[in-house]
Amino acid sequence: MSDLLRLATAGSVDDGKSTLVGRLLYDTKSVLADTLDAVHRASADRGLATPDLSLLVDGLRSEREQGITIDVAYRYFATPKRSFVLADTPGHVQYTRNTVTGASTAQLAVLLVDARKGVIEQTRRHAAVLALLGVPRLVLAVNKIDLVGYDEVMFSRIAKEFTAHATALGYTEDSVVEIPVSALAGDNVVEKSANTPWYSGPTLLEHLETVPVEPDPHDAPFRFPVQYVIRPRTAEHLDYRGYAGLVAAGTVKPGDEVVVLPSGRRSTVTKIDTADGELAEAAAGQSVTLLLADDIDISRGDLISVAGNEPTVTDELDATLCWLAEKPLRPGARVLVKHGTRTVQAMVTDLRDRFDEQKLSSVDGPASLELNEIGRVALRLAEPVPLDDYSFSRRTGSFLVIDASDGSTLAAGLVGAPLPLLENGVESCTGGSTATPDNHALVSPGP
Amino acid sequence: MTLALDTLGRLESEAIHIFREVAGEFDRPVILFSGGKDSTLLLHLAIKAFYPAPVPFPLLHVDTGHNFDEVIEFRDRVVARHGLRLEVAKVQDWIDDGRLEERPDGTRNPLQTVPLLDSITQHKFDAVFGGGRRDEERARAKERIFSLRTAFGQWDPKRQRPELWNLYNGRHRAGEHVRVFPLSNWTELDVWNYIEREGIELPDIYYSHQRDVFLRDGMWLAEGPWGTAREGETLERKTVRYRTVGDGSCTGAVESDASDIHAVIAEVAASRLTERGATRADDRLSEAAMEDRKREGYF
Ligand SMILES: Nc1nc2c(ncn2[C@@H]2O[C@H](COP(=O)(O)OP(=O)(O)OP(=O)(O)O)[C@@H](O)[C@H]2O)c(=O)[nH]1
Ligand SMILES: [Mg+2]
Repeated sequence: MSDLLRLATAGSVDDGKSTLVGRLLYDTKSVLADTLDAVHRASADRGLATPDLSLLVDGLRSEREQGITIDVAYRYFATPKRSFVLADTPGHVQYTRNTVTGASTAQLAVLLVDARKGVIEQTRRHAAVLALLGVPRLVLAVNKIDLVGYDEVMFSRIAKEFTAHATALGYTEDSVVEIPVSALAGDNVVEKSANTPWYSGPTLLEHLETVPVEPDPHDAPFRFPVQYVIRPRTAEHLDYRGYAGLVAAGTVKPGDEVVVLPSGRRSTVTKIDTADGELAEAAAGQSVTLLLADDIDISRGDLISVAGNEPTVTDELDATLCWLAEKPLRPGARVLVKHGTRTVQAMVTDLRDRFDEQKLSSVDGPASLELNEIGRVALRLAEPVPLDDYSFSRRTGSFLVIDASDGSTLAAGLVGAPLPLLENGVESCTGGSTATPDNHALVSPGP
Repeated sequence: MTLALDTLGRLESEAIHIFREVAGEFDRPVILFSGGKDSTLLLHLAIKAFYPAPVPFPLLHVDTGHNFDEVIEFRDRVVARHGLRLEVAKVQDWIDDGRLEERPDGTRNPLQTVPLLDSITQHKFDAVFGGGRRDEERARAKERIFSLRTAFGQWDPKRQRPELWNLYNGRHRAGEHVRVFPLSNWTELDVWNYIEREGIELPDIYYSHQRDVFLRDGMWLAEGPWGTAREGETLERKTVRYRTVGDGSCTGAVESDASDIHAVIAEVAASRLTERGATRADDRLSEAAMEDRKREGYF
């Protein structure tokens, strides 16, 4: 079993994400005395009878003033069974990009709903974002169960509705678990609650400690984006020429035949070097330096792949974007695409459709893609790039869309169409609400 | 043979990846290096990232003048051993020529920001590595690994870039720079466990020793160029060690018998106080002390 779980919270504003995270930290005794004192003092100053545990994570002044989360907080805690890296994300729709940040590396998401409100628009939006990013497992935490009198019927209704939605997004039934909790009172977070005798499942922590975590598949084909060329030029290492990078997928051994992309030149791995000595094998997640048999031209931005099972090298691609900028995206926009270690100029040649995350349907040919919208686009790149499908490899199937003028990150990009419904389009929704023209479009089409 | 990385292996690999990204994308990076444990760890990882080539960046120390001699001696020894280039920005120089004014309370930690920003501008540094960790403080817990700063060095927590997967966006406009935190995901315990695993040398003051200290605001302070016990405070000889090393006027020692790495790890694992809460007067000032300093351009 893996010793580490990376998880993120999600769900609408005020559903209790930060309180739940605070409760997890508090009940697992992960909060040190001085931090706790500070929270007690701040809660008392606000006239609260019990400590507000969300103050453990809402670390910015404006967050505390407004009582909301604005940006992701990363917290680390461990139990005897596992270590956890926890990203507490904001629920407010305006800060969805920070939710995407927290979820992009998560292996599991805890999606909260308020038991009084059930599944609402923002729940569906976040579920879609999680499905898009390929977060493999979900927990639906039906929170504030204390406020509905620990009512089983209420819980079951919400759980059923959500499961149907998650299934439509491509989640299998055993990858979604529903738990009735009260973050405020602590029911079923770490301790089993006496108030929900009708619930026989695990507490949230029990589930997090035991849920299987999919490791990086070792049988995946080898992928290695070159970050940097190491050439010491010292007397001792006169002819040393090593390609430094992090193994993005698969494994590599000395003797393996590899292809350098996009050039297509072939060579053989002679040595896997690290500061601690040579390795007999390296796997996904490891930072190493590769030495090759042939003296070929390789630089930052190239990708070393196993020979025989290579990514497609292309300058045209279909991709799904989660648009994270205020300025809308319009067809014809010129942007930068950062894929692996390579940044290339690109043009959005077509805006194919927009995903309606409420109806799980697609809207064909939208005029623009607005903040927090998900859509499928066609991109043309200034030079060919080796690409894998996102559903095949999170690391080599993802890219950033960057504004060339100010350097800001505009979108999360995923090669292909990871959302099943985008592919199949169950029902088409007309009414194109986003078709209003807008004069501050991102970048005008080129001459 | 199992290929799965353990926690320390994963953290090391991530930090090395970050160093190499910066080397590949920036023109003039610099590592902030004080000789403290986090910056020593940072340097150790940088050396590993570029092995067998030398580290392709210089180091910068913003020197408050309120240092522990052992730390400065250690700093210079490490720099010499690895053949590195160290720039030192002395807060004293800024005070002497009037660009900075000594604070009434005599602490100099907050005075580091201006010399830091001036040095970044003067040397045109475009990427600045810091040893900050998200587990140190809850405003730090909000920090990205690549954190964009304006031409005035300011951090705007409301306008942070999304940081997706392990794709870092280091693009910036002329005059802006990026703070880079390769140790973001390390906890204090990870740092000590790694120091043990790698056999990394640290200044002696991290291990228990005898020192004359006096109690102020619940912290054991040592005497030094920053002053000594005031009226009503008494110097006492205690067995102490430091959990963090910063400006001597506001960094407290903790009573401890932990004289070697194993004892330190046991102590940190059992500690009921955070590293900063136990030892930094500057963070106790207000609920948002760290955030405010970071906004102004502090580390
Ligand atoms: N009664 C009750 N109140 C709760 C519960 N969980 C959270 N709350 C309250 O709900 C409010 C919002 O909680 P937060 O934890 O800040 O919500 P959030 O989801 O983190 O909000 P954002 O991060 O801004 O999206 C606070 O007043 C909490 O005290 C619960 O289980 N029961
Ligand atoms: Mg919150």
